Amino acid sequence: MTIFDIMGPIMVGPSSSHTAGAVRIGLMARHLLGVQPLAADILLHGSFAATGAGHGTDRAIVAGLLGMQPDHPDIPRSFQLAKEAGMDVYIHTGELRNAHPNTAYLVLTHPSGRTTTLSASSLGGGRVQVNAIDGLAATFNGELPTLVVRNVDRPGMLFEVSAALYQHGANIASMQLHRDRRGGLAVMVIECDQPLSEELQRDIANLDGVARCTYLNMNEEA
Amino acid sequence: MAFGSVQAILDAAANEPLWQAVLDDDCRDRGVTPKDSLTKMNTLWAAMQRSVQEYDPDRRSTCGLSGGQAAKMAVAKDTIAGPFIQEVISTALMVGEHNACMGRIVAAPTAGASGVMPAVLLPLQKRDNLTDEIMVQCLFVAAGFGQVIASRASISGAEGGCQAEVGSASGMAAAALVHARGGTPAEMAAACAMALQNILGLVCDPVAGLVEIPCIKRNVMGAVNAIAAADMAMAGLNSGIPCDEVIDAMAAVGKSLPSALRETGEGGLAATPTGRKIAERL
Repeated sequence: MTIFDIMGPIMVGPSSSHTAGAVRIGLMARHLLGVQPLAADILLHGSFAATGAGHGTDRAIVAGLLGMQPDHPDIPRSFQLAKEAGMDVYIHTGELRNAHPNTAYLVLTHPSGRTTTLSASSLGGGRVQVNAIDGLAATFNGELPTLVVRNVDRPGMLFEVSAALYQHGANIASMQLHRDRRGGLAVMVIECDQPLSEELQRDIANLDGVARCTYLNMNEEA
Repeated sequence: MAFGSVQAILDAAANEPLWQAVLDDDCRDRGVTPKDSLTKMNTLWAAMQRSVQEYDPDRRSTCGLSGGQAAKMAVAKDTIAGPFIQEVISTALMVGEHNACMGRIVAAPTAGASGVMPAVLLPLQKRDNLTDEIMVQCLFVAAGFGQVIASRASISGAEGGCQAEVGSASGMAAAALVHARGGTPAEMAAACAMALQNILGLVCDPVAGLVEIPCIKRNVMGAVNAIAAADMAMAGLNSGIPCDEVIDAMAAVGKSLPSALRETGEGGLAATPTGRKIAERL
């Protein structure tokens, strides 16, 4: 958290957690997918469910999926703009287990047809956090360039990924490892101090045992 | 971020102005130059001024509950509070209404509490002919205290109630005002502590779940409270309980608030017969 998470952002009202944070959740989801989704199924939980409509949370998440920043004047019109852009949007409310009060669960359809799920929370003041991707725990806030690697759980994977980062001069700021079961599917979340090149992302994606490599840099266009 | 406590900020401010210690920490934290950090804060100050200038008394919120009241307050004759506090009140209402009407504001620390900082800083700058440079320093002071509140307690109404939003803004504004008036770091901490003590336990009970009733007018309370706390601190009054302990108490109180009183629109004013009627109508 920086001082500009406290003072700022400059944003369209009325709520930093329910409007600006929601735009950022949509924007992070778009960056993680790499493109504008073909369809977005959005479930709102807790306070998001109770007061989301009044705060424009639903419209804000859709605005983020369309690539808008939290100070964009078209946020209130995002449903209309999504329709024009050919993005199908479904909004509903529900209960998520052990979730932060301001949590959204998104199921996004990539233009190729594959789907990705994302659980993310708005922590207040416009700050957001991803909790899980495709059902696997992965906690990060997108403030630093972030690499999410899905791989087979077996010895040496971490070594190979970190070696690739080292070869490209990237410094690791933080790192988490999760897996569904021993020898199953694992996830690495690596936050770096430097933006990562496409070549490096490709090198990691091509490693034997890596199922998918997703890169998030909120400072770049997506 | 390096500051886990107000005490840590006070220690860092032993050899340089407190605002400078916050700026230096930001430079280390984000790997930017002092010029970058200052430029960014200048942008926020300009946007804060703009959020007041852009206020349109004819604009109404999407649901029609809010708008136009700040203009009434601004022209009221012979107020008990006097012209300076009257301007503080109407400025807080202007930004609060602008936010409710989906206008562009500066979250400080949140959108719901965005009226507090401009409401105390803009009238004071005008009255005392303070430079923009000093006002930007005030924002660094406020951000430093706000950072500690956010990390030890919360700045989210859904987590900690209104004390976390308007309360945090009021504590931040109190510290900033002490800087604007040339006070010491210890007085800033005392002002922040007293402002927070006064708002401890304030619930988040927005009618129909919208940031309108009572949120807009609570910005007024946060602003006036900040001025009183700053004046008390600079008169040499102490807070009795140190600022860090007040912030920890705020965290504990926030955790013990039932969910109905944390931005769910289910308790407090939202649960009154009229509050429910408004919610049904929308």
